[in-house]
Amino acid sequence: MVNLEIKIHELTFKNPVMTASGTCGFGEEINDFMNLSLLGGLVVKGTTLKPREGNAYPRMAETPSGMLNAVGLQNKGVDNFITNIYPRIKDLNTHIIVNVNGSTINDYVALTERLEELEKIPAIELNISCPNVKEGGMAFGISCTSAEAVVKAVRRVYSKTLIVKLSPNVTDITEIAKAIEGQGADSVSLINTLLGMAVNAETRKPVLSTITGGLSGPAIKPIALRMVWQVFNAVKIPVIGIGGIMNATDAIEFMIAGASAIQVGTALFIDPTIPLQIIDGIDSYMVRHKIQSVNEIIGSLQC
Amino acid sequence: MCMKKTVSDFLLVENKQLNKDNFQLLLRSTHPFSDIFPGQFINVEIKEAKDIFLRRPFSILDVDYGLQTISLLVKILGRGSKKLTEAITGQTINAIFPLGKSFTLPDKSNRILLIGGGSGVAPMLFLAKRCGLDPSNVNVLIGARSALDHIDVTEYLDFGKYYFTTEDGTLGEKGYVTNHPIFSNQLSQFDKIYCCGPDLMMKVIGRKAIEMDIFCEVSLENMMACGFGVCLCCVEETKSGHKCVCTDGPVFNVKDLKW
Repeated sequence: MVNLEIKIHELTFKNPVMTASGTCGFGEEINDFMNLSLLGGLVVKGTTLKPREGNAYPRMAETPSGMLNAVGLQNKGVDNFITNIYPRIKDLNTHIIVNVNGSTINDYVALTERLEELEKIPAIELNISCPNVKEGGMAFGISCTSAEAVVKAVRRVYSKTLIVKLSPNVTDITEIAKAIEGQGADSVSLINTLLGMAVNAETRKPVLSTITGGLSGPAIKPIALRMVWQVFNAVKIPVIGIGGIMNATDAIEFMIAGASAIQVGTALFIDPTIPLQIIDGIDSYMVRHKIQSVNEIIGSLQC
Repeated sequence: MCMKKTVSDFLLVENKQLNKDNFQLLLRSTHPFSDIFPGQFINVEIKEAKDIFLRRPFSILDVDYGLQTISLLVKILGRGSKKLTEAITGQTINAIFPLGKSFTLPDKSNRILLIGGGSGVAPMLFLAKRCGLDPSNVNVLIGARSALDHIDVTEYLDFGKYYFTTEDGTLGEKGYVTNHPIFSNQLSQFDKIYCCGPDLMMKVIGRKAIEMDIFCEVSLENMMACGFGVCLCCVEETKSGHKCVCTDGPVFNVKDLKW
């Protein structure tokens, strides 16, 4: 029997596999496909203080080994989450983490205060990296000063596990990671999508209504892996690896590069049962390599 | 009524070219299934295809619960559909199904008009077969570019009366479905109109139905990544905000759309 348990800050996860925000709804949408309680964690759809309609259609473009999206944080707001969704999912036997978004620091703080009250939400993922909103989002995550300011403000009102989701659209991601570590973040998750674009040659028009969008899928995996390794070497807080993970081997590579846990995102669109396949795959990898605890894999890259 | 959505392997038992761009694929499931309704769709993995990352959604043309088969009408529209039509009998095809909401079935006393354009004919034929009405009350209007683009509906003739249009006049009335007299002159005799095809066609039909206060449902096919309501890419702007075509639809009452 191998031990798949990992820790992020004070929180113990039964295994290192989570589903990424914006790719699993609130869990209920993928409930038909798998027992959600088998997951290490479930990061629910990006939530904002007020409801958001998101961007206009078209919001998606298929690209080589991936896709672009420009959803723009469509969600029904935190009140709807607390009143209608939370009661239905709170008793799942997995860590439910809410992805927190805002246009201003006050938004982030007000939203976080609401979530702090919820007993069964042990952590939030502060999204300072959404590339698809006009105000806030990624703007906070691409400069050390603004990233520090938002993390500092949220830290002041949030005592549970604070994960900060980083943008890859920066010159040096380790600078941002160190800056937010300095403000008391408990963990970093990376990477969010890379800013990209698709053009229709026939019509000479952009494919997305927003012209640019966020690139995800296996196309970004090497970049994500590199950034996870860089950040792992730059900070002491645990790193959660995200970016094009399609199978157990991908997940293990991220953990070797330094990720304490991983999130599966775009892969869910192709096959919503992939997280469970990854958990099983990590298990068999450990048996095959005679590894007792999954923690032995984390940061085990041999250069 | 709702069958659980599953990710399943199917065996491709038949791949028949119907005409230049249309193929009929017959998929046999390894597990029994039930309760699939007209208007629902299936999201098919396109294997070993360079540059194809996402699944491709297709309307269900027919099901046979006994034989555990699902028929799809696949029209070549791009790289994904083209690759799927090249699949060989005996091949395993993975798909997520059943997805989406179906058409509202008519009441026993209804007279209905089903309008299909292009590959939109698939859910209309399935609906004609499963609507439970006397065939004399089921009218099916199908449009295509020319006679060669129409698929053979012989198998479905028992379920309703059929009318055809072609843009070049090689079969049925010349013009679009909206030029056919059953649409342009006789619409008031119908209690319900169901429609699937190009957006422009559905908009003309939908607006007319609203104007005449006739119940009308259309099936949309916005681009989607997942098919089960998590990616939020396929949204349609409705009177109550953005709705996912994959889970709130693909079938919508035109009154709810901003047409």
